[in-house]
Amino acid sequence: MNNLLTISGSPHIHTTDSVRKIMYSVIFAMIPAMLVSVYFFGLDAVRIIGVSVVACVAVEYLIQKYLLKGDVTINDGSAVITGVLLAFNVPANLPTWIIIIGAIFAIAIAKMAFGGLGKNPFNPALVGRVFLLISFPAQMTTWPIPKPLFAKSVTDALTGATPLGLLKDGHLANKTIDQIMSDPAMPDYIQQLVGFQTGSLGEMSAIALLIGAAYMFYKKVITWHIPVSYLLTALLFAAIFWLIDPTYYADPLFHLITGGMILGVFYMATDMVTSPMSAKGQIIFGIGCGLLTMIIRFWGSYPEGVSFAILIMNAFTPLINKSFKPKRFGV
Amino acid sequence: MSAQAFGARGTGSFPRGIHPAQAKHHSAAAALEVLPPPARVEIPLLQHLGAPATAAVKPRDPVAWGTVLGVASGFVSASVHSPLGGKVVRLGVTTLPNGRHVPTVAVAAEGEQVAGQALWEALYGGPWPTAGLDELTPEAIGAVVREAGLVGQGGAAFPTHVKLTPNPAKPVDTVLVNGCECEPFLTADDRLMREAPAPIVAGALLAARAAGARQVVIGVEDNKPEAVAALRAAAEGTGVVVQSVRTKYPQGGERQLVLSVVGRIVPTGGLPLDVGVVVVNVGTAAAIAAAVLRGRPLTHRVVAVTGPGVVRPANLLVPIGVSYREVLDFCGGLRPEAVRVLSGGPMMGLAVGDLATPVTKGTSGITVLTAREVRKAAETACVRCGRCGEACPLGLVPTRLALASRHRDWALARRYHIQACIECGCCAYVCPAAIPLTQLIRMGKAMLPKE
Amino acid sequence: MDNIILNAVIALSGIGVTAAVVLYFVAQKFKVIEDPRIDVVEAILPGANCGGCGFAGCRAFAEAIVAAGNLDNLNCPVGGNTAMAEIAKVLGLEAEEKEPLIAVLRCNGSLTNAKPKVKYDGPLTCAFAHNLYSGESGCPFGCLGLGDCVDSCKFDALYMDKATGLPVVIQDNCVACNACVKACPRGIFELRPKGKKDRRIYVGCINEEKGAPAKKNCEVACIGCGKCVKECQFDAITLINNLAYIDPYKCKLCRKCALVCPTNSIHELNFPPRKEKLVEKVDAPTEPAPVATEG
Repeated sequence: MNNLLTISGSPHIHTTDSVRKIMYSVIFAMIPAMLVSVYFFGLDAVRIIGVSVVACVAVEYLIQKYLLKGDVTINDGSAVITGVLLAFNVPANLPTWIIIIGAIFAIAIAKMAFGGLGKNPFNPALVGRVFLLISFPAQMTTWPIPKPLFAKSVTDALTGATPLGLLKDGHLANKTIDQIMSDPAMPDYIQQLVGFQTGSLGEMSAIALLIGAAYMFYKKVITWHIPVSYLLTALLFAAIFWLIDPTYYADPLFHLITGGMILGVFYMATDMVTSPMSAKGQIIFGIGCGLLTMIIRFWGSYPEGVSFAILIMNAFTPLINKSFKPKRFGV
Repeated sequence: MSAQAFGARGTGSFPRGIHPAQAKHHSAAAALEVLPPPARVEIPLLQHLGAPATAAVKPRDPVAWGTVLGVASGFVSASVHSPLGGKVVRLGVTTLPNGRHVPTVAVAAEGEQVAGQALWEALYGGPWPTAGLDELTPEAIGAVVREAGLVGQGGAAFPTHVKLTPNPAKPVDTVLVNGCECEPFLTADDRLMREAPAPIVAGALLAARAAGARQVVIGVEDNKPEAVAALRAAAEGTGVVVQSVRTKYPQGGERQLVLSVVGRIVPTGGLPLDVGVVVVNVGTAAAIAAAVLRGRPLTHRVVAVTGPGVVRPANLLVPIGVSYREVLDFCGGLRPEAVRVLSGGPMMGLAVGDLATPVTKGTSGITVLTAREVRKAAETACVRCGRCGEACPLGLVPTRLALASRHRDWALARRYHIQACIECGCCAYVCPAAIPLTQLIRMGKAMLPKE
Repeated sequence: MDNIILNAVIALSGIGVTAAVVLYFVAQKFKVIEDPRIDVVEAILPGANCGGCGFAGCRAFAEAIVAAGNLDNLNCPVGGNTAMAEIAKVLGLEAEEKEPLIAVLRCNGSLTNAKPKVKYDGPLTCAFAHNLYSGESGCPFGCLGLGDCVDSCKFDALYMDKATGLPVVIQDNCVACNACVKACPRGIFELRPKGKKDRRIYVGCINEEKGAPAKKNCEVACIGCGKCVKECQFDAITLINNLAYIDPYKCKLCRKCALVCPTNSIHELNFPPRKEKLVEKVDAPTEPAPVATEG
C-alpha cells in the first residue's frame, strides 16, 4: 500500500456540524426579518444592513490581517451576524457614518480587543448599539414611520415614537394606560405582530422573527432554556404589576410583542459566546434578563431595556458558568 | 441454578450522551465465520490490565491448543494459552496499539488443527446446561476462570477473576452482562448474542454463582432486537432477565449501564462493585461458560472486521495472536481508500500503524475507516456553546478540562475533576469548533502530576 | 450660583482629603519592607524570566540569592559567569566559575534515518503524540518532530528543520535555560558543557531497546554494542540499558569512539575535518544533519 495509515487519538469520527454552519444558520434565520425591514423601509434598510455588515467584516479583516497579523477568519460568519444584528438595532434613517462608527466599536472594541470570536464577554452587536445610543441619542431615537414598499403614501409624518416610547412619554404626562393605548400613533397588536410599527429595523415584525427562531430551534442552534425562561419571567413580572395596577402598567402581551423583546430573546440573549454553557445556567441567565428588562422598562429612564438587560447578564455569565456546572455523575 | 430479578430498576437510559451514526450495517448481517488457522501467531504476554504474564515456554517447545504459554504473575494478571497446536518459535517483543511494548511468544502451527465448524462447536456450539450449576463452588469457578486467562472482552481487558472474587466488604447482588456494544460499526457482540446466546446465559449464571449475586441481567441496546430475542429464548426459565436499553452512546460504559439497568449510581472514582454490581461483557460471559463447562481457556475471540475501508466486512472467530494483516486479508484486504485501521470502534478505538500487530483478548473489532469518516476539521475558537457539557455522560465540563490540559493548569484540571473522565469521546465528537477535547483531556490525565 | 460652585469645591476637596488620609494609613499599614539589594540583583539579571535558574522568574531568583546569602547551587544560565560574578561583587560573595552549557538533541531520527511507517494526524503537539503512540518511525524514544521544544524556546535558539523533521539548536542563541529539556516529553534534550572551541561529542540517541528493535526503526540508533566503551581510554563512556552515554566531564574529545560506532550514532560537533583516509567513514549517508547547521 502506498498510503501510510494515519494515527490519531480517539474519537476518530466527528460531527458534521461546525461553528461556521451554526453561524450561517443564524444568518439564514435572520432573513425573514431582513425582508420585512426592506419591505417597510426600502432602500434605507438595504443601506443600513449592507453598510453594517460590510463595515463589521472589513474591520475584523483589517484587524486580523494587519494588527494581529494572524489567520483571517472572517469566513466563519460571526462578523456578518454582528453586522446584521447591529443593523437590526438601529433606526432606519440613521446616517451611514454613525452605523460605521457603531460597527467599528462593536468589532474592534467589543470583540477583537478581547481576543476575537469566543472570547468576548459581551455581545458585540449590543455593545455597538448601546455605544451609539449614548453617543448619538438624538439620531438613535428618531424613528421613521414605516412606509411599505409599493404602498401609496399614507401620511407625510416622517418620524414618530416607538410604542414603548409612547408608553414612557404617556407616563411622564400622567396619562392612564387607556389614554396612552388610544393614542392614534400607537399600533394595535396585529400591526405590531406584522411589523406595522415604528422601531428599529429588526424589531418590526414579531412574526418574521419567530419564523427565524423556529428555524434556529430546528437546526438546534439555540435551545429552549434562555428564550423560555426569559419570556416567562418577563411575562410573569409584567402580569403581576398589571394585575396590581392595570391603569398604570401595560398588559403583559404588549410588553411581549413590542420593542426588541423577541429580537433580544431569540437572537441576542442566545448568543453562545456570551451566554452560560449549562442548561441550569442558561435558565438563570434568562430569568435575570427577563427581570432586568422589565425593571428598566417600568422604572428606568430608557423606554427599552432589552439591550441593557442582556449586557448586564453577559457580565454575570462567567460567574454563572462557575456556579452552575452540570451535575457530575457519581456525586 | 436460577437467578431472580429484584430491586431497583433503571430507566433504560442515562443522562446526556450522544447519538453518532450507528454504521452497524457494514457487518451486522454477516454471520459469524471461523478464521482458518494461521500458520503463525504471536501472543503478547500482556493483553490485560495489570502485570504481564511470565513466559512458561522456551523456543522449540511443542505446544497444543490450550497449552499455557505464560503464567499469571500476580493476582491482577492473566495467563495466556496457545490457540494452535505446534511449536514455540521464539520469544519476541511487539508494540500493541496502546503503545506498550510487550514480550510475546510466537507459535508456529504444526500438524492438524481444530478448525472451522469443529472449532466453533468446541467453543460455543451445542447445548449448554443452565441447571445444576449450583454444584460448582464459587471458589472452583473462580479458579477455573483464573486459569483460563479470562479478561474482559469489551476492550479494557481487566482480569475477570478479580471481578468475580467475592469481597466480604462489598457484597455483590447483581451480575450485569453488557451486550450494548454502543460503539458505532462494531457488531461482534451482536452476532455472538444472536448465534450463541446459550453460552452467554450459562456464563452469566456461572459468574453470578462465583460472585455470590442473586440477580442476573443482560443489558442490550434496543437497536439489536434479534439479539434480545435470541437471548430471551435462551434465558427462558433461568431467571436471567434480558433488558433492552436505549441506543445511545456510551450506553455500554460500565457506569452508564449500571445506571440504565440497575438504577444505581457508581460513585466518582469507584467501581460498579461499590454498588454491588459486577459487569461482564457478553463475550466474557460466553468465555466463562466455555472455560468452566468445557475446560477451554481463552484462546479465540469474536472480532468484527468492519468499516468502509475493508473489502468484505465480517464477524470472525479468530485465534488470539493472529496479525491484523492476516485477519484483514481474509476479509479481502483493505480498500485503496482506507486510511486508518482501528483496534476497536471509532469512538474509543486505538489507531494501529503496523498491521503485524497481533489481535489480543481485548480486541473487540477491527474498524477500517476512510478519509471520509476521519476527515479532520480545522480547529477553530471555542464559542462556548456548551455542547460538550451537554454531551458528557459524566457531567463534566470538557471545555474547561481541555483548556486546563492545554495550559498544564493542574489545579484547574483537578477542580473540574479530570480524573472522572472515561475518555468516551462524546465531547470531541460534538464539538462544532473541532477542538480535540477528549484527546487533550486524555493527555492531561496522563500528565497530571501525582498528588 | 456662587453657592453651587462653593459647595462643589468644598465637597470635592473634602472627598479628596478624606481619600488621601485613608490611603496614607492603608499604605502605612500594609507597607512591605524589602531588602533593597533584591532590586540591585534583579537589575543585573537579564530579565528574560525564562525560569532556567529553577525559579519562577528573575525577581524570584534575586530574592532567593539575597535570602540565601551565598551562591551555592544558584546560577543564572542566561547571564552566565559575567552576571554571576557581578552579583557576587554586589553582595560581597564568591561566585563559582561555571562551564557554560548548551542544549544538544540526542536523537538523529530524521526522515531518512528513521523512515516514517505511519502518518500522524492528531493534534500537533509532542506532549499529545507522546501519550498516543511510539512515533511515525515506530521508535518509542525518538523525536516526534512536532516542535514542543521550539515553542518552549524563548531565545529563538531552536527551529524545526523541514528536511529532517528534527529541531536544530542555534548555538549562538542557546543560553541553556533548560526550557526545551523540560518541554520535550521524551527527554531527548540534554544540557552539556559547550566544550573547548565549542567541540562536543555525544551519543545522538536515547533508545534503550536492544539492538535489533532499535535498528529496525532507525538506522542511526545506538544499539548498545559497547564498542565505544571498549575504545574509550578515559572511562568516559558507560553503557546502561543498551544505551551508551558519554560523560562530558571525562571525555577528552579524542574522537575515537565515533570511528568505531557501527551505526554512526555518536555525534561530533565543530571538529576540523579528519584526515583523508577516515573521511569516508564519517561521511556515511547517515551523517547527522545538525552537524552542518549547528556550527
